[in-house]
Amino acid sequence: MSRHPIRASALGRSALVHLTLGGYCLLVLCPILLVLLNSFKSRAGIFDDPLGLPTTATLSLAGYGKVLGDAAVGHMFVNSAIVTGVSLAAILLLGAMAAWALTEYGFFGNRLLALFLAFGIMVPIRLGSVAILQEMVALDLVNTLTALVLVYIAQGLPLAVMILSEFVGQVPQELKDAARCDGVGEYRIFFQVVLPLIRPAVATVAVFTMVPIWNDLWFPLILAPSEQTQTITLGVQQFVGQFATDWNAVLAALSLAVLPILVLYAVFSRQLIRGITAGAVK
Amino acid sequence: MKQKAGWPALVFLAPALVIYTAFSAWPLLATLRLGLYGTDDVGHVSFVGLDNFRKLLFDEHWFGAFRNAMVDNVEFFAIHTLVQNPVALLLAALLSLRGVRGAAAYRTVLFLPTLLSVVIIGFTWQLILSPLWGVSEKLMTLVGLGEHFGPWLGQEETALRTIALISVWQFVGIPMMLIYAALIAIPEEVVEAAAVEGAGAWRIFWSIRLPLILPTLGLVNILTFVGNFNAFDLIYAVKGALAGPNFSTDLLGTLFYRTFFGYQSETGSATMGAALATLMFLVILSGVGLYFLVIQRRLQRIAS
Amino acid sequence: MNALLRPTAFAALALLSVARAHAGTLTLESWRTDDKTLWDTVLLPAFTKAHPGITVKFTPTAPPEYNSVVSARLASGSAGDLITCRPFDVSLDLYKKGHLEKLDGNPALANFPDSAKVAWQTDDGKDTYCVPMASVIHGFFYNRKIFGELGLKPPATEADFHAALDKIKASGKYTPMSLGTADQWDTSQVVFTGIGPNYWKGEDGRKALIAGKAKFTDPQFVAVWQAMAKWPPYLARGYQAQTYGDTQTLFASGKAAIVPAGSWDIAFYQKEAGLDFGAFAPPVQKAGDPCYISDHADIGMGINTASKNKADAKVFLDWIASKEFADLYTNKATGFFSLSKFPIDVQNPVARQMVGWRLQCKSTIRLNAQIMSRGEPSMENELWNVNSQVLNGKMTPQQAAERIQSGFAKWYHPAAK
Repeated sequence: MSRHPIRASALGRSALVHLTLGGYCLLVLCPILLVLLNSFKSRAGIFDDPLGLPTTATLSLAGYGKVLGDAAVGHMFVNSAIVTGVSLAAILLLGAMAAWALTEYGFFGNRLLALFLAFGIMVPIRLGSVAILQEMVALDLVNTLTALVLVYIAQGLPLAVMILSEFVGQVPQELKDAARCDGVGEYRIFFQVVLPLIRPAVATVAVFTMVPIWNDLWFPLILAPSEQTQTITLGVQQFVGQFATDWNAVLAALSLAVLPILVLYAVFSRQLIRGITAGAVK
Repeated sequence: MKQKAGWPALVFLAPALVIYTAFSAWPLLATLRLGLYGTDDVGHVSFVGLDNFRKLLFDEHWFGAFRNAMVDNVEFFAIHTLVQNPVALLLAALLSLRGVRGAAAYRTVLFLPTLLSVVIIGFTWQLILSPLWGVSEKLMTLVGLGEHFGPWLGQEETALRTIALISVWQFVGIPMMLIYAALIAIPEEVVEAAAVEGAGAWRIFWSIRLPLILPTLGLVNILTFVGNFNAFDLIYAVKGALAGPNFSTDLLGTLFYRTFFGYQSETGSATMGAALATLMFLVILSGVGLYFLVIQRRLQRIAS
Repeated sequence: MNALLRPTAFAALALLSVARAHAGTLTLESWRTDDKTLWDTVLLPAFTKAHPGITVKFTPTAPPEYNSVVSARLASGSAGDLITCRPFDVSLDLYKKGHLEKLDGNPALANFPDSAKVAWQTDDGKDTYCVPMASVIHGFFYNRKIFGELGLKPPATEADFHAALDKIKASGKYTPMSLGTADQWDTSQVVFTGIGPNYWKGEDGRKALIAGKAKFTDPQFVAVWQAMAKWPPYLARGYQAQTYGDTQTLFASGKAAIVPAGSWDIAFYQKEAGLDFGAFAPPVQKAGDPCYISDHADIGMGINTASKNKADAKVFLDWIASKEFADLYTNKATGFFSLSKFPIDVQNPVARQMVGWRLQCKSTIRLNAQIMSRGEPSMENELWNVNSQVLNGKMTPQQAAERIQSGFAKWYHPAAK
């Protein structure tokens, strides 16, 4: 991308900005649109005319019929939602608490503990899979959503703590001192003074902690593959593996998997913006 | 200035520490310890000291695989650093400009691929690049580049680069968001002061905003580094654990998967896998350590 | 784990073990995701009718992940009661690690010939750990309409084979052969081990390798790679990125004339309404040569030693060894031929054609299935690699032979025999 100085008028600059952003947006949207459009076509239509819109001849909902008729798709969504939601809430709360403890209080081993937690960012948690599975068997948590939640909390805490620590450290000393002078207890200081101030960071951490959990394939496969506990990602993967040659079923499955993510993100994204702008305005 | 620690400190810290230790730290340490053991034919595990590491570093077959994966991983990281991060910077910078209409809509769209699971992305791109389905071939012909089309995912020379670019397509949103958050955190007064002095948008960006977000750029680089050297899912979804063609898409993550859990008739060895995991950890540790000790400090200094 | 957790865990485990012992439910691990509907709607109901009180749940895992996932589950004690067994070394490894029950003494095993059981026995033949279920046969399928249009007959010799391929290519309308190298396994398990037996004379060649009397660099083996190296001109454009699914789709759509296939593919192509296809055995080198086919014991079933319900599991295995199951499986899981001694009437015409080759040709299993893939490097993975590379034109036949031989010689010392 060339970066020569822009001396054009405000209009020209605005055009360039929109061209770049819009262009990249197209690169993002086209593959997804391609999948969505073709999911409504018959096999022949997909194969022979991939770039075309579904015509009256090729329009077909057979793919969707197969997916929706197949497994407990709704149930899988609920599983994913529960696992992601509970893990996320726990990561944010426990992470913020830990970040606060590590940055605010001086005690022996403080830096060591911070390093201990940072350790978790660098080593893929999958390395410990066999040991984790054995633990879950011993605790009789195999094929439960609880197992997934616990593992995801452990997985998400290091990065959350690291990022939140940075923001917690920026809370103005005067606010804390003032609160303490007023005799406010430590717990109240955390929940009522600090937590609201780090909301933008919490929102950002939420968005990109939520994603790896929702999309994770590995742990549902190893820890909770039973029909009652299957997540939607695992379900789609099994489906795709099973119907690899049934293109309209696969494309329908992929489309259905994308839609709720879009919805979820639309909801969260407003929170995110609000959080960020609130922080900036402060 | 740190507050004196009391019960509150413990209450705040304990839950996170307990869960993390029980389900992340301890299993990982148990696995690293496993690297010092060997498995025989019947599955008996016995202490073998550094024998696994000797094999990994000196045995021609093992070291060949390890070196290949390392080289691939470095190339994978290089592509991300050269493509993903500058693109993210550009997009974030454009989004943070004042008065860009529809910025929120752009932001939502640009972050979208990050939300999609690897299964979706892997299959979608495999389909698009498939010579059988012909979509990319048709698109390239439309712009007159028809003859340049090739089965990139199937050719040794181009497979890794292609998957790396797919990965960039997927993950550009994360560094974009981080940089964007940092950019809008820059106090308005600083920017306004410079504008008043007559600095153009470009100069403002280059001499004021960029230096101020250098720590964030550093963070982005580190996260990219760690993410790339742990990468596995996309390769697995597109190429399978065997990371073909001819191991040209093999990363440390896929090598680890095959070593630990086996692949087809090759029985997995938890102990060799654990040894490999230890090496991966050391690689990542040295990269991160080097970074923090040397570069991050300089960036913080420039920024303040 | 902290002090409170352990007693709670034991209490919970104890309660649940009691609960499970009464359940009469079995979980069946398998890689045949394609067969889920078959098991749920045909096979398991048939079993439940014969044995009410035992419920079986069929829980398949995708084929490429099956081996590693089941291995991980067995290692940590969370695997199902019944395990679908891969043949030879993969399951032997599980048995050696103590995960599969020894089945000797089970009268049901008498229903199977020794040649079938060998895939699920220890090297000395003394311990059997899985009940054989079915085998698959390799060959080629051809599109009858295209052949009819171009006036072609199914080829019998290599020369005929190339003549047919050339003619199809010259017509310019169809892809002569549908084959890709992206997934790699098909280049080895369908192509190499499918056409190879005609060159290395089936069991003779395989056993010679194991005995150390032959090497991969001998002419009969190199010839196979030489034959494969001639195929790229007949493959579709961009075949290097063509997956197994793509291969199936291409042939099913009627755009390709020939596809190297295994009998398990019959079920897939049957579903294609407009496709009229037949099968022919791998071509021999010269007219009059004896023919060999790859007739591979592919699937068996065993019991997890950690199962809490072994009694019911044994009942299920006995049913698997019965004529009723053999008949059902052969005719409903089209392309899988029961390994039992019972004479089964194969209904599907293409399947019947393929199983008929057993009468004209000598059978052999896939070349490297027994013993040869045990060492480091695993020959199975090596074969996938070199076969794909030969077809990609990245490796010469000689190089391929040398690579496999040197990898094999690195750990295999036949002197012990």
